[in-house]
Amino acid sequence: MPESRTTTATPGPRADGPDAHPPLLEVRGVTKSFGSGRRRLTALDGVDIQLGRGQTLGLVGESGCGKSTLARVLLGLERPDAGTVRYDGVDPFALRGKDLLNWRRRVQMVFQDPFASLNARMSAADLIGEPWRTHRDVVPDAKAREKRIRELLSLVGLRESDAHRYPNEFSGGQRQRIGIARALALDPDLIVCDEPVSALDLSVQAQVLNVLSELQSRLGVAYVFISHDLSVVRYISDRVTVMYLGKVIEHGETEDVFDRPQHPYTAALMSAAPVLDTSRATDDQEIQLKGEIPSPFDIPSGCRFRTRCWRAEDRCATEAPPAVVREREGAGDAHTALCHFPLEARSAWA
Amino acid sequence: MTTTSAPAPSATEPALDVEGLCVDLNTASGTLRAVDGVSFSVRRGRTLALLGESGCGKSMTALSVVGLLDPAAEVTGGAVRVRGKDTLRMSAAERRKLAGPVLSIVFQDALTALNPVQPVGRQIGEPFRIHRGLSRRQAEEKAVELMTRVGIPEPRQRAKSYPHQFSGGMRQRLLIAMAVALDPDVLIADEPTTALDVTVQAQIMRLLRDLQDERDMAVVLITHDLAVVAQRADDVVVMYAGTVVENGPVHDVFSSPRHPYTRGLLDSVPEDAERGRPLPAVPGSPPELSAVPPGCVFQARCPLVRERCVRERPSLRSTGDGRSAACHFSEELDRA
Repeated sequence: MPESRTTTATPGPRADGPDAHPPLLEVRGVTKSFGSGRRRLTALDGVDIQLGRGQTLGLVGESGCGKSTLARVLLGLERPDAGTVRYDGVDPFALRGKDLLNWRRRVQMVFQDPFASLNARMSAADLIGEPWRTHRDVVPDAKAREKRIRELLSLVGLRESDAHRYPNEFSGGQRQRIGIARALALDPDLIVCDEPVSALDLSVQAQVLNVLSELQSRLGVAYVFISHDLSVVRYISDRVTVMYLGKVIEHGETEDVFDRPQHPYTAALMSAAPVLDTSRATDDQEIQLKGEIPSPFDIPSGCRFRTRCWRAEDRCATEAPPAVVREREGAGDAHTALCHFPLEARSAWA
Repeated sequence: MTTTSAPAPSATEPALDVEGLCVDLNTASGTLRAVDGVSFSVRRGRTLALLGESGCGKSMTALSVVGLLDPAAEVTGGAVRVRGKDTLRMSAAERRKLAGPVLSIVFQDALTALNPVQPVGRQIGEPFRIHRGLSRRQAEEKAVELMTRVGIPEPRQRAKSYPHQFSGGMRQRLLIAMAVALDPDVLIADEPTTALDVTVQAQIMRLLRDLQDERDMAVVLITHDLAVVAQRADDVVVMYAGTVVENGPVHDVFSSPRHPYTRGLLDSVPEDAERGRPLPAVPGSPPELSAVPPGCVFQARCPLVRERCVRERPSLRSTGDGRSAACHFSEELDRA
């Protein structure tokens, strides 16, 4: 059982060593706010994340925690006010022209709603091949394009004959497969998946999760996987980052975060999610949080979670919480949390 | 002032008894059967879950019970009994008298369920004015009491606020307050927490349960979330393509399902699945209402499918111990 100790290290993932390659994605201290003056909303506040090739980072948090803004920053759609974003050591916000176009190929997105995100007037083949109209040099030859569309269809588990059908002829799960094939068309290094299965029926959700896992092992694509469904995140992610009101409050290997959460918010999230086991009534051990998430226009002083935290003391209102790093055996990301009073490894909540 | 003729049901008879309910949908391409012979009953103090995926007919069933079906849909058969009377045979005026004191419903989307141009206090007090003839002031007093009970901070001031001035969780509390205002026998909750964040979801589910205990209501919980069913319901009715495929006590059904669809759903939950190992997904997707096959409704996706399943629709047959399943081969699941 790993021990806890408090250090002043920066929270978030640590590099594998001084001479390691730069990771596929490295985000440091990214801050983003919207509006001005009293109507200033801080969506991201000093966010650090890191992701290697072929890996999956789960991003968890409730509405308003900043996960969708972070996704937009990762896609280069939103320029951070402060902090750095690096893909293989390169800053996408410094790129122009052809270099920027080439970078955009490497990061793609799968959206939540497969009914709203596909143009109803385009066939599956047109939808999947549309990115090539912008990125003309990827598959320049028309014959090769057709072949590639057939390959992509079969990669995501659709039939070749589906190429000429339209979105309304597909079910939700099939549409999401088209969305995935379209994201794969440019051979990206990273796909940002924003709630990719939450609009799908449970029996279909499992199929799409299987497609995503299989593609990762075959193609080595990395995912940033945003979801509010903890059981899905646990299944798909290597590492998990928990956000609350624009800050990363806990990060670590999936089993560390799920089995031994350090931050009271993470523990509350886990305990609030109902479980399938009927003999394990959640009620007795459920941590009931007070109230709801405060407005992001008016973030509490000190620790931003203190207004709902059952462990909060005076100090939490005045001092920003330190990064706590819990030692762990073996390789992997350090298990960090931002908290004055982190939960012990064998805490009473479980 | 009495609002209903018959007395409230005792603990042993069902507060709500639905039998062989059929609902047809009139569409441009013809009449489709959306709910096909659904039966269930629930006693006071108990929670029954209607579980199924989108389009399975669970919400349509709930709306038929409270008489709020879309005009394009029509109840074509069956009975919905409360206090010994079949509501489907009642006049509209008689049914309205039941809405509130006997049957009430909490919808998923609280923002569209509330009137945007009326202060919430007046809306919550409305049932008291209509059914009990209270004055506006008395009704608002009752509304403030209810808002206090469901955990709205500063209820007296907030009673004057409009729905958009509340968060999603608070709006859901307001809807619940309105639904329990007249102490109904049966509360129907249609996906009451689906649009909410996890921690707020937990608060709302607990509030519902506390109110149920306090007022001894029967609760019909409509949901697609298996974990919510596992934690909150006593009995479950699993629906697929407008029909009931399995029912029984939640614990028994979830620990040894007797319909391959129930089994497939349970297997699809990634909760305890090992990372990197494929989930045992159910292939395909639910049939369109216009393409529900004769024979078994689940045949196209079933691992046990035989020739008999294509020919003959399995009826919901009792497997003893208070459970039923609509499968020709449910015994094989027990052994597998």
